[in-house]
Amino acid sequence: MIQQSLYEQVLDYANRANPYPLYAQLRQTPVTRQTDGSYVVSTYREIVSLLHDPRIGSDFRKRSVHDRPPAGLSTNKEQAFKSQVPEVGTEASASNEGSETEVVPSFIGLDPPEHDRIRRQATWPFGPPHKPGRVADMESELICLANRQIDTMKGKSSIDIVEDFAYPIPVTMISKLLGVPPEDQARLHALSEAIIEGIDLDPQKSQEERKRRQEQSGQTFKDLEQYMEALIERHRKHPGSDLLSGLITDYGPDGPMAQPDIVSTASLLLIAGHETTVNLITNGMLTLLRHPDVLERLRREPNLVIRLVEELLRYEPPVQILPNRVALADITIAGTIIQKGSPVILLLASGSRDPARFHDPDKFDPDRRDNMHLGFGCGIHYCYGAPLARLETQIALTELVRRLENPRLAYDQPPYRQSATLRGPRHLIIEIDGVKD
Amino acid sequence: MLRIVVDLNRCESYAQCVFAAPTVFWMKDEESLEYDYAPDDSLLVQVERAAAACPVQAISICWLDEQLEQQGGNHSEQQ
Amino acid sequence: MSSNNAEKTSSSVQRSVQRIVIVGASLAGLSAAESLRSEGFAGTITVIGDEPHAPYDRPPLSKTVLTGWLQAEHTTLPQSVDLQAEWLLGMPAIGLDLGNREVELADGRRVGFDRLLISTGTHARTWPDLAQAALDGVCLLHTRDDAARLRARLAARPKRVLVIGGGFTGSEVASVCRELGLAVTVTERSATPLIGALGAAAGAFAGQLQRAHGVDLRCNVTVMSLEGDESGRLRCAYLSDGDILDIDVAVVALGAVRNVEWLRDSGLAFDSRGLACDAACRAFDINGIVTDGIFVAGDVARWPHPLYGGELLAVEHWGNAVEQARTAAHNMVSVPADFRAYKSLPAFWSRQFGVNLKTIGLPSFADEVVLTQGSVLERRLVAAYGYKGRIVAALTVNMARWLPAYKAMIEARVPFPPVLHSPDSSAELRPVPAGFPPHGQTTHSANAIKTGTGPSTPPPEESSTSDKVKDPRVPPGFQPK
Repeated sequence: MIQQSLYEQVLDYANRANPYPLYAQLRQTPVTRQTDGSYVVSTYREIVSLLHDPRIGSDFRKRSVHDRPPAGLSTNKEQAFKSQVPEVGTEASASNEGSETEVVPSFIGLDPPEHDRIRRQATWPFGPPHKPGRVADMESELICLANRQIDTMKGKSSIDIVEDFAYPIPVTMISKLLGVPPEDQARLHALSEAIIEGIDLDPQKSQEERKRRQEQSGQTFKDLEQYMEALIERHRKHPGSDLLSGLITDYGPDGPMAQPDIVSTASLLLIAGHETTVNLITNGMLTLLRHPDVLERLRREPNLVIRLVEELLRYEPPVQILPNRVALADITIAGTIIQKGSPVILLLASGSRDPARFHDPDKFDPDRRDNMHLGFGCGIHYCYGAPLARLETQIALTELVRRLENPRLAYDQPPYRQSATLRGPRHLIIEIDGVKD
Repeated sequence: MLRIVVDLNRCESYAQCVFAAPTVFWMKDEESLEYDYAPDDSLLVQVERAAAACPVQAISICWLDEQLEQQGGNHSEQQ
Repeated sequence: MSSNNAEKTSSSVQRSVQRIVIVGASLAGLSAAESLRSEGFAGTITVIGDEPHAPYDRPPLSKTVLTGWLQAEHTTLPQSVDLQAEWLLGMPAIGLDLGNREVELADGRRVGFDRLLISTGTHARTWPDLAQAALDGVCLLHTRDDAARLRARLAARPKRVLVIGGGFTGSEVASVCRELGLAVTVTERSATPLIGALGAAAGAFAGQLQRAHGVDLRCNVTVMSLEGDESGRLRCAYLSDGDILDIDVAVVALGAVRNVEWLRDSGLAFDSRGLACDAACRAFDINGIVTDGIFVAGDVARWPHPLYGGELLAVEHWGNAVEQARTAAHNMVSVPADFRAYKSLPAFWSRQFGVNLKTIGLPSFADEVVLTQGSVLERRLVAAYGYKGRIVAALTVNMARWLPAYKAMIEARVPFPPVLHSPDSSAELRPVPAGFPPHGQTTHSANAIKTGTGPSTPPPEESSTSDKVKDPRVPPGFQPK
């Protein structure tokens, strides 16, 4: 096999536990052209600049086939572009690209003005200006939920933070928010897993295996959509106070959201709710257990959690990479010309560790004041669910640290999930001496 | 007394502060942020959440000396 | 600030700087004082202000304070506890003695300094007829007290409000009036509102917004006179279009006048455009010699910006007051080798009639403007301003998140119109004339303008005829002999 490029090494599962040294090497060249014609951007300034650049699009359908023939680009590689992992967790989405269905992309996969309109419609029942208090009002419920989960740990000496805590909290909340009945949650869990498995492809796997998984994922996505269509029908007949009912019945100046957009928006919020905050909470506990002094401080100063979560979003963000952007014009940046039509891959997690922007970037410092991290991206595709993810993680970590007695890692390091993009441990086994009331 | 000031040149209307502290910050229309310069001290935690969540770090929080705000026109004579 | 700075400030230069005086106790003055402390300056800081209030923030005065959301006194700016400044408030400075390095106060006191910052800002241009200006119901909007008074007037639900001048302040007041459900007329001497700041093309859009929100907007019209009843209460206004308006509140929004009168005998290079300084914020004297230890910041300054043809800029923006004051403060306690040049791009925002307007760069420098993103119909757009084939400014309407890209283009002197292929722009960009009127044609100031190329360059139209044209009562089309 030909030697892997640095970016291919990032995608390589062998480097999942610690991609940061690879990012540091990548930052030696802020923008690098890959053999498949895509461009990888690894430095803070360039990432921020491209995320604010009107010449960068998110609609994969705009990737050029005809007017950009980089030398040696084969059909297989074209296919490979299309099978990039979705940008779930910035704007919550799994684009269905690769599955070749005629389903409309969710707003993450759209450009202005369609993007702006659908995002406004999606925000109407979720946040300001119409429902400014929606997320803040979930605080007491979140505290109860976190404590109920912690109660289940009583009498155990060993727990899995992922299964016992970090997964149930965001999944319960997103289900509640969307109005998914509790009895359906297990089924949706399975669907979400299968979709991510299928589109987050291991480059090590054979072409056939990848294709098979991709098709499987496409089928799963269709299943999810069918489920959503039925759910929407139910909510249309019997609207509640949930977000989905809001999308259907409570619309603003942009008018009601079209049915296909409701389906794609709801599907993608659901997947994002399953696949991002769980990693943020887990990464948070892992990082605290690796920094016992900070953990101890958090126990004494609960409000430290506010800045601590921001630092976590910089230091161990769940969304590491935005793999799905496209250059809509030739763009000169950092001495490189990104050719029109080329895929652009933004390494958010690398930008947040850029020493040209952050003092001592590899240090986890919850007191950091200058912390304009890229944990939720920036620009028009800034994470839709960020306010909820923040509150959930703040409460989850505060309650965990407050109640667990002498928590410690059973072993370091934990096994990771496959994805390089939505990165996080599959399990995080910790030992405890008990649970406080 | 709790006081806040937002650099509205920096503000890009992400509205993260509104989500975090909806009685202190609000969106006027679609994109114009407005806020209470003098929220009640009991809202400190919400305001801290709002300031930390700002993606462009445009929110400053401060404690203001009560006397300063009441400062009257005869201040200079008191010197 | 890093500890390096603190070490520097304690070095040789700073030992000779013990007393710093700041004249002007608003945003720029406070920002400078804060910066001096974070630079490590440990000597005395004296801040002199003519208003009785501690520094407060002005932008909400024409917005949330007027709507009643925010109490005027709650606009006091936060300041760090360890500022340790001496505040001489409600005490105007009336003279500057450069020879003895003293500021003279209204009560006769003299305050000595080693370094001086002049950040006296502006005051509101008043209605030219003093008797009419004194009528009960004629208001200005510049200070916190003005805002509190106008708020009380609006809360009393007047039958109609007249806003004289369609600049940003006037437009924001009109917007609040509509929000409160009050009838409002805006008179503007030129063809559109906001024309001085944004040009006629963007101004026409602003005019559409006003009318769509129910403002009785009268362009190319002036107020000839205001009239009161026997008890001195404002009763009506005579307009140049022949109309007589029945009103009980008139808001005079004719722009700002630089507070430079107190420098009359100082020997510094000031005139109605402001006080000239170099890129390090050091004031020039009347001979064009840069002074030692006299610095300028904020609305009162005119300084050379590297991007705008060597012209001195005068900018009445919030961000300018903060950033220029920080640069001045740094330079006040540094050796010349460590001086920083002030070259921030002007940046501005306003909210009115349901939209958030933001600008970056200097629109009034431009000759052309082009819609680059969004649509006028949707009231969400980005427009780029060009001068001789390069981009010099941009305006966003409810699309502020794109502004950083345009800032980078302006700083990189990108050709105009820019090539974007943005998904929300038309295939071909069609620039139109930006439509800035000649100096003196509007009833309000542009709030960010070029003012000539050097400290001694005379104002372009400093003649008796142009004074006549500057009279806000003189209708458009008036031809001085």
